Amino acid sequence: MATGELNPNHFPARRAAKVVQHYLNTRYGSPYRLFGLEEVLSATAEDVDDTGRRYHLQISAHEIISNRKQKCSAEVFFPRGEPTQPAEVKASCEELLQNTTAQEEALYQRYKGNHSLLSAQYIPDSQGNIEPDMMPFWHLSIAASSFIMLNESTENTLYNMAQVAQITQLETESDELKFDSLMLLHDMVSQEILHWKLLFTWSPAGGVKVQQMKQIPKPHH
Amino acid sequence: MLTSLGLHFVALFSLLVQGTVKGAEYDYYKYHPMEEISSWMAQMVKDHPDVVTIVDYGQTYEKRTISLLKIGIESEKRKKAIWMDCGIHAREWIAPAFCQYFVKQILQSYKTDAKIETMMRDMDFYVTPVLNIDGYLYSWKDNTTRLWRKNRSPGPSGDCYGTDLNRNFDANWGTIGVSFNCSSNTYCGTQPVSEPEAQAVTYFVGSRKDDILCFLTIHSYGQLLLVPYGHPNFTAPNYDELMEVGQAAATAIWNVHKKNYTVGSSPDVLCKYFETSQFCFDPLTTDDGKTWFADPNSGSSRDWARMQGIPYTYT
Repeated sequence: MATGELNPNHFPARRAAKVVQHYLNTRYGSPYRLFGLEEVLSATAEDVDDTGRRYHLQISAHEIISNRKQKCSAEVFFPRGEPTQPAEVKASCEELLQNTTAQEEALYQRYKGNHSLLSAQYIPDSQGNIEPDMMPFWHLSIAASSFIMLNESTENTLYNMAQVAQITQLETESDELKFDSLMLLHDMVSQEILHWKLLFTWSPAGGVKVQQMKQIPKPHH
Repeated sequence: MLTSLGLHFVALFSLLVQGTVKGAEYDYYKYHPMEEISSWMAQMVKDHPDVVTIVDYGQTYEKRTISLLKIGIESEKRKKAIWMDCGIHAREWIAPAFCQYFVKQILQSYKTDAKIETMMRDMDFYVTPVLNIDGYLYSWKDNTTRLWRKNRSPGPSGDCYGTDLNRNFDANWGTIGVSFNCSSNTYCGTQPVSEPEAQAVTYFVGSRKDDILCFLTIHSYGQLLLVPYGHPNFTAPNYDELMEVGQAAATAIWNVHKKNYTVGSSPDVLCKYFETSQFCFDPLTTDDGKTWFADPNSGSSRDWARMQGIPYTYT
């Protein structure tokens, strides 16, 4: 594998940068905030003895909902060995990422009173449509799935969210909203669709937290 | 001659994205199930009998007929042709939708747009709206099958289904970016061109390769116009023209639609967007200063077509 300066447009740098995207979404993602990887500005990589490989990246991250771009610098370490350990990421971006928004509060309040719990399937649907009411939950699902994608990413994968097969809000005594879900993730490299059960919570103040995640085998087709 | 062809292609692409006039009843902005697409094909022949015919050229694994629309103004002369296939991957629904839209556009405009009329006079279009019919049908079955990619032929042991048709062509088959596991989404099949759908294309295009000017295979991926990258052993003597035509097309799309389509077979472009190693080998620089990949993509239809000598091949 190439060491030293990497072509920022080639896949090794891009895959490492994607991991940074997932990291940012685990930390800062919400129903109204999501990051995309816009561009890799520069990248270097080095082997760290036999323990693994570290990438240093300058990227341009794109906050999709506000349509704002910002530069981030990051380090991604992919550990070697069995069993595979998750990548370790450090990142810092130009702008201090914003506090909770009024929209987040409003959404939270609306679903907090456990009167009608959210239950939805197939977001987006087969035609690619998402109901406007479901958009925040699409974003939230991507943020929550980013925990999986962050955990599972290696130098040989490139994960994106494909579809929310199922999301159900659960009753809970605590402050956070709680969801059980089945997420479908796409790996560009293998072209596979991965099925993951994900139990997570969210509140404007607490952000997204994952309680349980478990891969389930793809149905026999 | 190459320059004028380039202009033809530019005109074609400008036209494609203008799309303000809808067909009478058929909604080109909606995804259609296979049945509706088949009826639509018959309707196109009915509505334009002087320029459209249906050609059946193969069968799917499940024995469905694979058909294309041959579109062009009748001529005594032997004509060059443009090949376009859509839906090689079942879940990429936008590709068949694009093929239908494309047909609608050229049929609607050739009588009023001189450039398109010239193209229709000088060339024939062979458009396959859905190549992987079995797979496409399967992806329409229910919510759990929507993301199916491959065809529907059973694997060697019968407990798994589907070959990735775009890894099954005879172009360095089975070398990189593939799996030999039938359960995998990039399973390349039991041997090159093992799949009837790939056989159909191989035979039809192969037997007409001297007449086919342009091979377009439509996928959904990103906003890209890709050119097969060259290989020192299979030099594309028209590489520069390929890039020029592609770039002109991208410019045309930008001018009308303000959408950026990236053109190239340069390592940067392919490697960036496909993000898979088969496009990203260390490039070799040859004496004339050009940069080539070390290996072509394994088993893709586009690279097979290029290897047949078809001058303009695009994904």
